[in-house]
Amino acid sequence: MSKPLDYENLNENVKKCQYAVRGELYLRASELQKEGKKIIFTNVGNPHALGQKPLTFPRQVIALCQAPFLLDDPNVGLVFPSDTIARAKHYLSLTSGGLGAYSDSRGVPGIRKEVAEFIERRDGYPSDPELIFLTDGASKGVMQILNATIRGDRDGILVPVPQYPLYSATISLLGGSLIPYYLEETANWGLDIVNLRQSVAQARSQGITVRAMVIINPGNPTGQCLSIANLKEVLQFCYQNNLVLLGDEVYQQNIYQDERPFISARKVLMDMGGPISKELQLVSFHTVSKGYWGECGQRGGYFEMTNISPKTVEEIYKVASISLSPNVPGQIFLGLMVNPPKPGDISYERFVRESKGILESLRKRAQIMTDGFNSCRNVVCNFTEGAMYSFPQIRLPPKAIEAAKKAGKVPDVFYCLKLLEATGISTVPGSGFGQKDGVFHLRTTILPAEEDMPAIMASFKKFNDEFMEQYEDYRGYSRM
Amino acid sequence: MRRFVADLSRNLTSQRRKKLATCALRHRTCSLFSSSQSQSSVVIPIRFLNTTSVDPSMASDYSGTPVTLDTINPKVLNCEYAVRGEIVTLAQKLQDELKENPGSRSFDEILYCNIGNPQSLGQQPITFFREVLALCDHPTILDRAETQGLFSADSIERAFQILDQIPGRATGAYSHSQGIKGLRDTIASGIEARDGYPADPNDIFLTDGASPAVHMMMQLLIRSEKDGILCPIPQYPLYSASITLHGGTLVPYYLDESTGWGLEISDLKNQLEAAKSNGTSVRALVVINPGNPTGQVLSENNQKEIVEFCKKEKLVLLADEVYQENIYVPDKQFHSFKKVSRTMGYGEKDISLVSFQSVSKGYHGECGKRGGYMEVTGFSPNVREQIYKVASVNLCSNISGQILSSLVMSPPKVGDESYESYFAEKDAILSSLARRAKTLEAALNSLEGVTCNRAEGAMYLFPRIELPKKAIEAAKSANKAPDAFYARRLLDATGIVVVPGSGFGQVPGTWHFRCTILPQEDKIPAIVTRLTEFHNGFMDEFRD
Repeated sequence: MSKPLDYENLNENVKKCQYAVRGELYLRASELQKEGKKIIFTNVGNPHALGQKPLTFPRQVIALCQAPFLLDDPNVGLVFPSDTIARAKHYLSLTSGGLGAYSDSRGVPGIRKEVAEFIERRDGYPSDPELIFLTDGASKGVMQILNATIRGDRDGILVPVPQYPLYSATISLLGGSLIPYYLEETANWGLDIVNLRQSVAQARSQGITVRAMVIINPGNPTGQCLSIANLKEVLQFCYQNNLVLLGDEVYQQNIYQDERPFISARKVLMDMGGPISKELQLVSFHTVSKGYWGECGQRGGYFEMTNISPKTVEEIYKVASISLSPNVPGQIFLGLMVNPPKPGDISYERFVRESKGILESLRKRAQIMTDGFNSCRNVVCNFTEGAMYSFPQIRLPPKAIEAAKKAGKVPDVFYCLKLLEATGISTVPGSGFGQKDGVFHLRTTILPAEEDMPAIMASFKKFNDEFMEQYEDYRGYSRM
Repeated sequence: MRRFVADLSRNLTSQRRKKLATCALRHRTCSLFSSSQSQSSVVIPIRFLNTTSVDPSMASDYSGTPVTLDTINPKVLNCEYAVRGEIVTLAQKLQDELKENPGSRSFDEILYCNIGNPQSLGQQPITFFREVLALCDHPTILDRAETQGLFSADSIERAFQILDQIPGRATGAYSHSQGIKGLRDTIASGIEARDGYPADPNDIFLTDGASPAVHMMMQLLIRSEKDGILCPIPQYPLYSASITLHGGTLVPYYLDESTGWGLEISDLKNQLEAAKSNGTSVRALVVINPGNPTGQVLSENNQKEIVEFCKKEKLVLLADEVYQENIYVPDKQFHSFKKVSRTMGYGEKDISLVSFQSVSKGYHGECGKRGGYMEVTGFSPNVREQIYKVASVNLCSNISGQILSSLVMSPPKVGDESYESYFAEKDAILSSLARRAKTLEAALNSLEGVTCNRAEGAMYLFPRIELPKKAIEAAKSANKAPDAFYARRLLDATGIVVVPGSGFGQVPGTWHFRCTILPQEDKIPAIVTRLTEFHNGFMDEFRD
């Protein structure tokens, strides 16, 4: 019997949208897990799920904010250091009724002020709290901005390939057009300005109005950190082509090399000075889910708008108000992230020790993984300069590609499923992020515990070598 | 082009329609949903923010940029949400003024009666819930002896139980996109205990409040402006806003003020037929029970008629049940639509039903946590897959909110250490709400020209005011809808913030405002006094 909401009469945009990070591989891995197989989930940047411990300080503060009656208990000092008590009182005083009240739809004003102060310290330029909106995770912020921008399928958004599929999925859901610009793998996933120009020209020739450009810096899944020169190029390009720049900077704390530290798009823009700095429209995104905090489950994030007109800001505010407010605990996590313990604070030493420990380990793991992949003869892996992922290129022999076709699967999906079944390592096939035709990748995170890494890389290598033996023919393997 | 299919049985002169349309275009002080064929229109929301001045120099600074009002998504421009609209912005300005110049007004504080936000007005959270949440936020203290001196034993036990359901006790990790399985199991048991019919944890999607779940369903249901969603008028403007944002059409059905905001199935049928004849494909029916802003609790018979109607007409029933624990009258009871359907013998194959619940209301009032869920029954597996897919793009809802949802659906039981204090807190809050509802209702009914149906449930009163002609004219000259004019005057004279009825929809020519019953009990007498004084003064000024 046909139902009122059937697959056939579902919104087409929903059917079109794809989100591989929790797609086929993940679902298969979950099935296998239920059957009792040990699975190593490296499909999503979810540090705490792989054993990373939460930082102590924010958890102490938030627990006190959840249960403010503790603050009156004479024994509270036995369990909570005095600076956490002071912080909890501070954040509670910024709210209008504690954690259980809807805040301002843009976020608690006092916390937005702290975010603005953080941005000013980081970049050296003042930031306006009125242009900072807190959101339930950066993803919600991205969706809100894209929703404001996309009017229909004639509106195009430039998205890097490979990209984090939140962008492709959201553009699909909103009925817009995704315009890919390819990053150059052989140049360390660098920006190819020629390709960028070609993509825009092609889109325009098809009657598409290019509205915005997305950059992910550090990159996901690719990990590259943009240079100042690159950022200037991007900003100039957006300015010349009348695009709003969407700067996904959620991995700004995850930097594993020293040649290219993180520099925000906003700082580069302000440094450029002149008309561009007053006119180029930019929205920058950040989160508590990544960095060394890894507090994915809190759903805390923000976006900062630059050179967006007050009336447009009003409209974005209006839409935010329909969902009333972002969750207040997540907002407090943001406040704590931009305002961590300072030297002299009781919790400072521990906080620094925990943070450094995490970052140093991530740096090591980035190297271990890159090296491990590169030790396989059919795998080429760019170094993970930043973010949380490794995105090796897997060269598959023609027989493997045929076998995949027979199984009705895209070749990298086929490879990843086999990898999963053999080793329990759950990755996301490169096709979920986009890649050049005939080139295959997989994305894994660098998040498994350091002590487990050697075993994981060994397990991968064993599988890969066996796979190659099975499918290789003696004329060599396919590059394209 | 804003359109919806409106009720065609009301009279509205074409002149008035033109005036309203001009108002919408020129001043953006009112928003209009009207189809070119309708003879009437329901004026729903008032323009959101203060748009008194458009600075031409500002326009020229941004006019060349990629994202301006001219190039922003028109659905964003068209949607409205009065609950945090113009009147609230004005109130905030007043509040700042009062801070700078105390004593500059005849009142010394702003009383926000515009939004169902209990804890912002002094309502205390349920201790047991906060104990468990604090422990789940900071699990490392669970093993310490000192912790037992700070927390009740059963909150520690519950925290352990919950954390055992979370892999690695990692409350900072993204969970399953539908929410943590163990918590969904708890919620499903809670639903079963409430209804007497089983619930499947796989039917539950935990979300950041009920609102995102509503948006998800609208996204799935609405393919184009030809798709219509039946909504009660008056309605909570999340629905009108969401329908607009998703490009659909709101099909109104009127609740009958004279019969306690009752719902006539024949009326529903008429609206459906009118919409269909206009080429609209009506996909779903929204029912808010208990009602917002209207506060009525549906009778079981009414609910059966609604289920039958949806089954027959092949509509998805979207049951907003977030106020299920807010019932203030002994002659009414909450029955979930799931229970009613199952009682009628209807199962998965008979009725497509989505039930929404939230941690924001009830006696717990945890708005800032953003916790809630939808229970989705009667859909095919491949539709369920699509719902899951959309949920997965946002990865998951916040974990603390998920935990809270499970606590709300499975609170302390008789015999638990915390039961007595839990029950005392809950009872105090609910009986206080019932008292405040009655007091404010009586006060409103005593005002000249004001009638107010009782608040059987939810958190609001929605009185109707007969505004004298002079007042309506004064409103016109001030370029305001009459109820917005009244609300503004009320704010300026008393500091009390209410939401004009046009924010919710009302029969054209009638005026209402929505006022919450949430200010603390000790403030209620002062509110009543100030409101009465203001109203008498207003009527003196404008009486015919």
